[in-house]
Amino acid sequence: MTDLLDLDLLFVTGKGGVGKTTVAAAIAEVAARSGRSVLVCEMDAKGALATAFEVTELTFEPTEVAPNLHAMSMSTEDSLREYLRLYVKIPLIGRLGVLASTFDFVADAAPGVKEILAVGKLCWEVKERNYDLVVVDAEASGHVVSQIGAPRVIADLVQVGLVREQTQWMLDILEDPERTGVVVTTTPEEMPVIESIELLERLTAETGTHAAAVVANRVLPAMFDRKEQVVARRIADAVPVLVDAVGPGASAVVDAASIIEARRAIGAEHLDRLRAVTGGALAIPIITVPELFSRAHGRRVVTLVADGLDAELG
Amino acid sequence: MATRSRPKQQVIIDDAPTLDPLLASREMILVAGSGGVGKTTVAAALGLAAVERQHGSVLVLTVDPARRLASALGLEALGNTPHRIPNDVLVDAGIDPRGELHVAMLDTKAGWDELIRRHAPDAATRDAVLANPLYENITSRFVHSHDYLAMEQLHDLHATGEYDLVIVDTPPSRNALTILDAPSRMADFFGSRLLRWLTVPYRSRMFTFASKPFYQVADRILGSRFLQDVADFFVLFQQMEAGFVHRANEVEALLVDPRTAFVVVSTLEAAPAHEARYLAESLRDRKMTVGAIVANRVLPEHLATTAATDAASEIAGRTGADADGALAALVAERTDTDAEVVDRVLHQMATRFDDLAMVAAREADRRAELATLAATTVTVPWLSGDIHDIGGLGLLACHLRGIVDDAESS
Repeated sequence: MTDLLDLDLLFVTGKGGVGKTTVAAAIAEVAARSGRSVLVCEMDAKGALATAFEVTELTFEPTEVAPNLHAMSMSTEDSLREYLRLYVKIPLIGRLGVLASTFDFVADAAPGVKEILAVGKLCWEVKERNYDLVVVDAEASGHVVSQIGAPRVIADLVQVGLVREQTQWMLDILEDPERTGVVVTTTPEEMPVIESIELLERLTAETGTHAAAVVANRVLPAMFDRKEQVVARRIADAVPVLVDAVGPGASAVVDAASIIEARRAIGAEHLDRLRAVTGGALAIPIITVPELFSRAHGRRVVTLVADGLDAELG
Repeated sequence: MATRSRPKQQVIIDDAPTLDPLLASREMILVAGSGGVGKTTVAAALGLAAVERQHGSVLVLTVDPARRLASALGLEALGNTPHRIPNDVLVDAGIDPRGELHVAMLDTKAGWDELIRRHAPDAATRDAVLANPLYENITSRFVHSHDYLAMEQLHDLHATGEYDLVIVDTPPSRNALTILDAPSRMADFFGSRLLRWLTVPYRSRMFTFASKPFYQVADRILGSRFLQDVADFFVLFQQMEAGFVHRANEVEALLVDPRTAFVVVSTLEAAPAHEARYLAESLRDRKMTVGAIVANRVLPEHLATTAATDAASEIAGRTGADADGALAALVAERTDTDAEVVDRVLHQMATRFDDLAMVAAREADRRAELATLAATTVTVPWLSGDIHDIGGLGLLACHLRGIVDDAESS
């Protein structure tokens, strides 16, 4: 983890619903606790990162949500505005609203343009060394390749122009495993693990960016050792004995244990498949965050997941 | 707890919620919900439920099923072409079909190519579009094309007149609602200023006063060559506008048609339930029908009872270091196991119980909240493991139809 936090730019991705935003927020928090100055950025403007930090709204202008920790929400329009101010130096500020909305249309149609405005802004913060670490609550695993790979696409499709000239320094940052890494978040479930494996297999080939870690979120800790498992199954087959002794609710207690054990066992199989991929030539660490049985959102969960990450990384 | 075996004695409880009437009365069912809640399996199980209950031809159009499920349904490498699941496959899995079950998988690339072939005015335009380097890149981005294609296919398959019921598993949208706007977005796109601007011939564009400042900046940033590539593509595409817009309007009409209903699937975790609520409300606002809510992978309700909590604290008190060991000794004797291990196991079961009971209690709350959003809410228990065979889908189908086995219902 120390290694992870020593990078300059982390893209946190994962299948929808696995806790990607929470993990991004928690990594940012762990880094900030260690004294690093951190920027965490939400890319899709859905407000999940604002919820994670219990603030009403995040804007393009970063807000300090904790000591050393700033949070922002990406806006391609604001990014374009900033870009034009920095590079084009045309006094357009008054008209930019209309221009930007028209540009929005072009960006929608032209591949990679929106993405490069967003990724470009993040790379800019890295290049200027405004923070020790930039953590990105990135696109879900299905789309993150086109997000991170945008500079390559643009470099291929656009032959001339300012954007083309801008891609090289971005690629220098994105393709350096000492500076940029992708954190793939998953839960120990079938589809998230499959998507994670698929992403790990194509990420570097298609974007040039490297995977830095996998975070396995909501992992159930084992209830029993092997010997206890056998006994637990015997008890599950003899529920009436327990019901006689302690009352009708005893069957629910035994059921609950069976459910937790069954879920844990299935999850462990999925994680083994993941380990077979990360453990090979890729050598990517898997960081495990335990199931919290807690509320799914908000500052409390971010703190708990950050504690879990901290403990795991030592 | 729920088991993977099919109920031996099938009992239809009079007041158990069932999707049977919905499956009988609608011609198109769209299965919606946030990612990871089991939309694909529910869509496939709805198909099974329909053919179990009624005669006729049912098609399930799935998007991106898990590999093992896809192979169980014979969907590998079939793409857009529907195929029938042979009756003996269903019978082997313990299902007694009255109707015919067909399945197909959405293939976005093939779907787009088909659209271009259909709407192109001539062979030259068709070939030029299909060969354009930007074609794939653009179609996969600019109008949420997965969503749009799913709607297109639904319309097409319904219009063939070959099916009594078409069930579509909607693609995983970042925002589940984008799918509903897909047809009008398509129409909007063709009417947009952008397209008009891009398709003005290059020279005239230079002299068009309104676009001049924008063009200068865009040209400097992106390079005129790239813009010209984009423009060329849209000039070709524009020739197909009338066909596309007409079709998009038809698709949109189909979504509000009384023969169409949505089934919103959700687990009872916070985020998916919140998304489901928002989705159901938005569907209603758009005059679309929410036929039912399916609460999926739900923990057994008896976990959240006081009797269960009482039993857990009693077991916790009568086991562990400070207890007399009598309970463990009794259970050990009756199960022929070691009393010391039994004590540890019981104590662990009792102390970990609260975790799951708390989750079950929250689930019960969310289920009650979701149930207000549709006339029918069906609860599917958490079945041990992922479903990836037809037998598993059959069990899921039983739950969707309100058929549970005797022991479970009591």
